[in-house]
Amino acid sequence: MIHIESILNDGVKTIRVGGDVDASSSIQLDTEIKSAIEGGDKKILVDCSKLNYISSAGLGVFMSYIQDIEANNVKLVIFGLNEKVLNVFEILGLNQLLKIENSTEAAKAYLNEI
Amino acid sequence: MKYKYTASCSKDQLKGIRSFVNESLNNHGLSDIDISTLVLAIDEVCANLMIHSHHCNPSHHLDLIINVQTNKGIGFDIIDQGIGFDINSYSEPSVNDLIERKRKGGIGLILVKKIMDDIQFVKINNKNTCKLFKKLCVK
Repeated sequence: MIHIESILNDGVKTIRVGGDVDASSSIQLDTEIKSAIEGGDKKILVDCSKLNYISSAGLGVFMSYIQDIEANNVKLVIFGLNEKVLNVFEILGLNQLLKIENSTEAAKAYLNEI
Repeated sequence: MKYKYTASCSKDQLKGIRSFVNESLNNHGLSDIDISTLVLAIDEVCANLMIHSHHCNPSHHLDLIINVQTNKGIGFDIIDQGIGFDINSYSEPSVNDLIERKRKGGIGLILVKKIMDDIQFVKINNKNTCKLFKKLCVK
């Protein structure tokens, strides 16, 4: 089961994702990210500190917005991945294509870079 | 040592499949990362079969057999009676192609091929078996 919530604070949209993102639940992650990008959010933090599992369905959601992120000058940063979840990103090299940070502080610092 | 699990072809069954694989492999001296990577591969194959071969019909079933072979590795047989799908005949797109086309699907089988050492598809009568093997030093 996925747990997901979004909060807008000081111009930063934080999307907290917890639980399991698989073929049965990735649609909810997609809905939140789509809503943020199409809603004009320019700074998006994806907090995965309570994410236990991600399959290709979840990776596919992030991949499908890479072009929109670049085209719309959106800064999207993922942080808080546990070792197992980070490993899934690394198998396909997505850690090179998406901005991933270890901590909240590092993620926020990236958003505030000019 | 062999383990067997049967699941209906509904995506809400994937979590149970993952738990089964995790628990079955837990006492064979594997690292957490090795186990989680194998769990991922089996989840991907099962999700693919449920969606594309069975159209998520919960009255259909698939069987998963795990065969832990000491000092050799782990075999996984995923058996179903749906539309046969040979993973080896699937020409997967590149990650860059998928990004350019903004596709959300298509990477599951790339993951499976990267994770597993051997993949075979066997069809006998109406029964399909996807045979996966991972070489690992297991107890």
